[in-house]
Amino acid sequence: MVALTSAAGVAPAPRRHRVRVWRGLVLGIAAAYFLIPLYAGLRFSFQDDAGHWSLYALRAIPSQIGFTGAFWLSIKLAFTTLVGTLVLMVPTTIYVHLHLPRVRRLLEFVTVLPIVIPPIVLILGVLRAAPIWLKASPYLLSLMYVILTMPFVYRSLDAGISAIDLKTLVEASRSLGANGPQTLWRVILPNLRAGILSASVLTLALVLGEFTMASLDLWTTLPVWIYQFQQTDGHIATMVSMLSLIGTWVLITVMVSLDRSESRRSRRKAEVA
Amino acid sequence: MSQAQANGGSSGARVELRELVRVFGRTRALDGFSLDVEPGELVALLGPSGCGKTTALRALAGFELVDHGQVLVDGHDVARVSPQDRDMGMVFQSYSLFPNMSALHNVGFGLRMRGVRSTARRDKAHELLELVGLHEHAEKYPHQLSGGQQQRVALARALAIEPRVLLLDEPLSALDAKVRTGLRDQIRSLQQRLAITTVFVTHDQEEALSMADRVCVMREGRGEQTATPAELYSRPTSAFVAHFVGVSSRVPVRRDGATVGLWGQEVTVRNADLTARDVDAVLRPEDVAIVIDPAGPASVVHKSFLGAITRVTVSVESAEVRVDVRSDMARDLNHGDRVALSVVARDVLVSPRDGRVDVEED
Ligand SMILES: Nc1ncnc2c1ncn2[C@@H]1O[C@H](COP(=O)(O)OP(=O)(O)OP(=O)(O)O)[C@@H](O)[C@H]1O
Ligand SMILES: [Mg+2]
Repeated sequence: MVALTSAAGVAPAPRRHRVRVWRGLVLGIAAAYFLIPLYAGLRFSFQDDAGHWSLYALRAIPSQIGFTGAFWLSIKLAFTTLVGTLVLMVPTTIYVHLHLPRVRRLLEFVTVLPIVIPPIVLILGVLRAAPIWLKASPYLLSLMYVILTMPFVYRSLDAGISAIDLKTLVEASRSLGANGPQTLWRVILPNLRAGILSASVLTLALVLGEFTMASLDLWTTLPVWIYQFQQTDGHIATMVSMLSLIGTWVLITVMVSLDRSESRRSRRKAEVA
Repeated sequence: MSQAQANGGSSGARVELRELVRVFGRTRALDGFSLDVEPGELVALLGPSGCGKTTALRALAGFELVDHGQVLVDGHDVARVSPQDRDMGMVFQSYSLFPNMSALHNVGFGLRMRGVRSTARRDKAHELLELVGLHEHAEKYPHQLSGGQQQRVALARALAIEPRVLLLDEPLSALDAKVRTGLRDQIRSLQQRLAITTVFVTHDQEEALSMADRVCVMREGRGEQTATPAELYSRPTSAFVAHFVGVSSRVPVRRDGATVGLWGQEVTVRNADLTARDVDAVLRPEDVAIVIDPAGPASVVHKSFLGAITRVTVSVESAEVRVDVRSDMARDLNHGDRVALSVVARDVLVSPRDGRVDVEED
């Protein structure tokens, strides 16, 4: 009896300890998984062919053939995709929430399809079916990216809408004399800012890193350029990929902190009063 | 001084709902609902959950289209008028302030939509916040306000547009009891000062009886009785109303023409619509008196102390009757004591025997 209780009393402690060790281990492995390639990449990009520390890769980037074009193409695609996806998805999601709640399930299913269907299948099919004039334009990629980002964009917006009482806010606005566009602009969009922001961040990150579709559609976007240039100079290519990674992070941080400072500003304004 | 005068007295509109029908699938949310509201009057819609109160209010506001029937405001059919053009201020059950705007901007929103210049808008919004006692909170955002404060801002926001009709859908139900009674009085006195036609939805009978000029008791999409609070309580026209408003007990009786026999007494029947012989008498606790009588037919089952009075439950034959007794008298009544009962009311309401009445107990 005594032995039993003491055993029972002692047992949980090592178990808890073991759990903590496991947690640390898993976290460590996950971190290593991300950090080691990153470290290797950074190190490699700051070396020359002889293996010495050097900034030559950084200095050489702007003068490399095709870099500027690829860079601007990626930026253009990122922002056209962003505009396209928001113009399509924001009104659709709001409308479904307000007027077709039963279609939500279907929409959820449809927006998950781009994840289920591999991009390579999608782009090969589209390249067969698209008219010549569209195939000749890089903006075919924007259209494809709108589809590709749909799962993330829909989920961000859906979560954002679910966080507010959309129906009541819309009805309050209508009863106060606002028409549809006024309600959208002054009431719905400002309160969906967080959802729209996270949708935008995901869209930009995804488009700036997309490789498969761009390369099959034969457009040299930044990731495609990096891949091709690797055969010319690995150090420069790696440096560019590191910079594009950091650039994306900076972009995301700026957007998020803009949102934070905006909401902090409004809060401070209220506290002063 | 009141806004009604500033408006040239236009704030009190007459509202008529005529035979409204609204069907959702198999549910008849409104099933021939009619209601007249006089200019400047406050009418409460009272009824159990799901009886169609919100649907009626939304039909009036224009958020719900009806399948049949008419909504008339000052005699004009508003079927083709969209919600934003109906000039109806609405306060919702859930918090409905715009989270991205300060209290002041919330209140000014309706004026902004009407193209009122920003200085005039500010002045008016400040004036209304003062009216609901929240002047010093003007710059706060909804998340910085308590529930009661939010609903007061919502009220100010609805009033800012000087609506023709004010619609309130259980605006107090999310608040705790103390805040609720305070705000109830505030809404009522504002409504009277502004002489604004108001429809107030609630499932709380006390709220309806204490605030309204008239109360409309709804049941399954229809108006069961519309009357002043006093009339509704003392002269309910149906057992449903009697059960829903106040406390009542049912006693099986035999009907003999215009009277029923109750504990050896002949009592006049109030409602003549019923022809059946076997009916139930519906009695209020104050309709009955108790006399201690060792040979009496009834016995005391339960007492609950309510302050000045004590509610005594007695068992008589197969029925249980609740009777209000002055608390000092009730001290002599103990569990199991034999008593006799007598009817002290002028007349009684009868309802069909075993006519089941679906009333939610609070
Ligand atoms: N949009 C809708 N779709 C389907 N059924 C609905 C809809 N709105 C209301 N109903 C149904 O109509 C009936 C009346 O609803 P309503 O909201 O008017 O009741 P209520 O009296 O306001 O109830 P509560 O006190 O619970 O708010 C209910 O049975 C409800 O389920
Ligand atoms: Mg309701």
